Amino acid sequence: MFGYSVTFPHLLVFVPLIAGLIIFFIKKENSAKAISLFASIVTLSVSCFSLCYADNKDLNWVPYEWLKYIGSSFSLGLDGMGKILTLLTAIAFPVIFVASYKSSYKNANVFYGLMLLSQAGLMGVFLSMDALLFYFFWELALIPVYFLCSRWGGERRIQATFKFFVYTFAGSLLMLLGIIYVYLHTDRTVYAAHSFSINSFYSVVLNAHQQNWLFWLFFIAFAIKMPVFPFHTWQPDAYEQSPTSVTMVLSGVMVKMGLFAVLRWLIPVFPEAVLNFSNIVIILSIIGIIYASLIAIKQDDLKRLIAYSSIAHIGLMCAAIFTVEQIGIEGVMIQMFNHGINIIGLWIVVELIERQTGVRKISQLGGIAHTAPFLTIMLVVIAFANIALPLTNAFVGEFMMFNGLFKYNIWYTAIAGISIILAAVYTLNMVKNVFYGNSNGLTVAMKDISLNEKMILCVIIVAIFLIGIYPQPMLDMAKDSVSLILSRFK
Amino acid sequence: MNAIILTALFGIILMFGGVFFKSKSTPKYVAIGGLIIVLIANCLELRNGEPFFDINLNDMLRFTSFNLTFLSVIFSATLLYFLLNGRDIEKVGTNVSEYFALIFFVLCGVGISATYNTLLTLFLGIEIMSIPLYILTASDKRNLKSNEAALKYFLMGSFSTGIMLMGIAFIYGGNTQGSFYIDNIALGEGKMPVMIAVGLVFLLTAMSFKVSAAPFHFWTPDVYDGAPTVFTSFMATIIKAAGFIAFLRLFENVFGKVQPQWQILLAVITAATLLIGNLTAVFQQSVKRMLAYSSIAQAGFMLLAIFALNEYAKEGLVLYAAAYCLASIGLFAILIRMNDYTIEGFNGLGKRQPLLAVTATIFLLSLTGVPLTAGFLGKFYMLVAVMNDGHQKWLAILAVLCAAISAYYYFRIIQAMFFKDSNEAPSEIWDINPRFKALLVITAALIILLGIFPSLIADWLHY
Repeated sequence: MFGYSVTFPHLLVFVPLIAGLIIFFIKKENSAKAISLFASIVTLSVSCFSLCYADNKDLNWVPYEWLKYIGSSFSLGLDGMGKILTLLTAIAFPVIFVASYKSSYKNANVFYGLMLLSQAGLMGVFLSMDALLFYFFWELALIPVYFLCSRWGGERRIQATFKFFVYTFAGSLLMLLGIIYVYLHTDRTVYAAHSFSINSFYSVVLNAHQQNWLFWLFFIAFAIKMPVFPFHTWQPDAYEQSPTSVTMVLSGVMVKMGLFAVLRWLIPVFPEAVLNFSNIVIILSIIGIIYASLIAIKQDDLKRLIAYSSIAHIGLMCAAIFTVEQIGIEGVMIQMFNHGINIIGLWIVVELIERQTGVRKISQLGGIAHTAPFLTIMLVVIAFANIALPLTNAFVGEFMMFNGLFKYNIWYTAIAGISIILAAVYTLNMVKNVFYGNSNGLTVAMKDISLNEKMILCVIIVAIFLIGIYPQPMLDMAKDSVSLILSRFK
Repeated sequence: MNAIILTALFGIILMFGGVFFKSKSTPKYVAIGGLIIVLIANCLELRNGEPFFDINLNDMLRFTSFNLTFLSVIFSATLLYFLLNGRDIEKVGTNVSEYFALIFFVLCGVGISATYNTLLTLFLGIEIMSIPLYILTASDKRNLKSNEAALKYFLMGSFSTGIMLMGIAFIYGGNTQGSFYIDNIALGEGKMPVMIAVGLVFLLTAMSFKVSAAPFHFWTPDVYDGAPTVFTSFMATIIKAAGFIAFLRLFENVFGKVQPQWQILLAVITAATLLIGNLTAVFQQSVKRMLAYSSIAQAGFMLLAIFALNEYAKEGLVLYAAAYCLASIGLFAILIRMNDYTIEGFNGLGKRQPLLAVTATIFLLSLTGVPLTAGFLGKFYMLVAVMNDGHQKWLAILAVLCAAISAYYYFRIIQAMFFKDSNEAPSEIWDINPRFKALLVITAALIILLGIFPSLIADWLHY
């Protein structure tokens, strides 16, 4: 039904989708866990294979007629940017599953089923080459996460998640209007008067006035998802209240949807408006960076600290995108991947601490290094990556992004640069207070981590150093996508 | 044509059959069988373009693929309604056969008001549709609320019918040909004569009454709340959708060319309907009343089709009606089986009846307009229609904001079902048998299927 041959984009979407649907009917907790882990590993291997067939168009592109009378097609495509993000999604889920293998959830089958469905939705977002299809997946990624957070989250979960849901739902409905407006200005296709395909969106002709208000319709939806100041208020609550494995999905992968969507659906479609408003967006992002970093310093809750640190990092990426500089955007692409890996690493550490001690208040912890040396080493490396020290992956990304920002405006760079210092303050403070100092009753009984957790953290650390030392392959992947995006500005 | 004659025929059979049927459930089976025959006959007519009966209609009714597709949707929804709620109709009172007979008469009226080609047949259709509904509303004879609702409905309904007749009279007097035929009275471009304009406003008012658009919606919550819940389900879904096709055809065929002159009026009505429906639904504690207000809100979305009146609007209205009927009928069917109609009554349903809760969630998501459900595509078409019309873009923005508000009250039920535990005894008491569950699953599957492949319905319109 979907064309003649099975291709990578198909597999990336349908393996998690079908596995997710099957798991709903598997009552035993252990088999549900095992099957979801297996499915996510299959997805990961598909994603790795797809890296090897870089230029094979037949394998990376699926056009299939879907709603032919309104000009929408089921087209999935895997380009450089898509590869980076599908790889991130594909890595994130097995890591999350292994890291939370010991946590037991009520109705585990539903939990893992929903997790896989959200993976399918995320894959779809990164792969869709049709605006309507993109919107479909955009919402589909949200719904399972809504149920995951509201069902398995903390005490205030219902309100926090609902806030998150209504925010993003309202934002995406505005985007839907924008999509419809652009659609009505595209050219005729064979069957329909207009078309939703990405190519017609890229070639649509809109005057400056139209672009200006369309820009905001799209941008608000994406800004809520990222989130950029002042649309961020849902995020710390949602991160705090969600179960940690869902927080990993939210912060590791889902926030990248916003950045990705800006790169794919906003910048190339409304180039004039982007140039008009880039200044405002960059200023907002920089306010967000500084503001979030300052709040992060004050936080006592580990989860909230990481949530605010994430707002700061995302803000920098958003600012770098809107400089519309080749090097800055390449930096963003690689940093999207790095940030996902690093933050998932941080969450895993938080999850391990919380599972053993039952608390995540920095003031109640301390001296974990005495009892869990291996965990501490791992955390310190990840923390360094979070501050973007050289040799770590984030250094490469941040260096390139600052480079782009520097070309745009030197003062912005200087102010945003403060965030590096602030990041060092809150991250090292956390390391100091949680891992060093005196042990107390809670932490003295802590055991070091077990083998599979070690393995997972090692994988993350290998990724951190690998990209930190040899980022070239990933930069090559990003290059074409960036050139395509920027070609609209010449 | 087939449908109109067969529904009337089955209505009469059921009416007189009530005397002869020995078992209480016989009328139900006759009704279901009859409706299947009606549906098949209607689809055959749609396919072949030839009715079974050769009757000279003097062109008073006109059967196009659009009308017939719409009727097929209505009949399919009614069939689903019979299958899901057949036993609940039996429980309302003793005259079971008559309830089914009345529903068939309503369907006959729907058939006429969907295919009318003169203002006379429009009036007849609307009346044949309305009068049995007054009786159905009062069918719970000993319940004071039911009686009050029926009286209210009857008074308001006949008042609006009077206004409609007045409007028809003005249009009859205002056109030069002295005719009721739509082809003759269809207006050309240019300014309307005063008489016609007055007639238009009267007709607009009357139709707004029928589809419960603000500010003529006041009867709706009371009537829907007072009527026996199974008939509320029928009124809030199938009748509402049927009202819209009469509305759409009237404004498209008669007043289509002077759209710019009345469009702003309709925009105001639509905006008011959307706002009042959604904002009031937020504050309801009873799910039944909330669904009454939500039906007003959904009517606001369907009014967008009449506002825009283009190809997207027509196609979208059919999809929207189908999606809305499926989801609401399913939701009402679950509600009927609850003892406690408040939102708290749904607490913990996810644990006690996971299947019911999951299907209810799909219905609610469809009503909210989340992708992958038919409800999304309905809303999507409406938005495309308004944007394509391009005159009042604020209406589209208002509509999406209202859709976001609607998420608030629909999701309250989802939250109650899955995330809150109930301390009290289980609140649903009535029989939930495997057949009922299977039907709910089929309904939910249909919603998702239509959400992915709307062409299942939409392609019929391209014949």
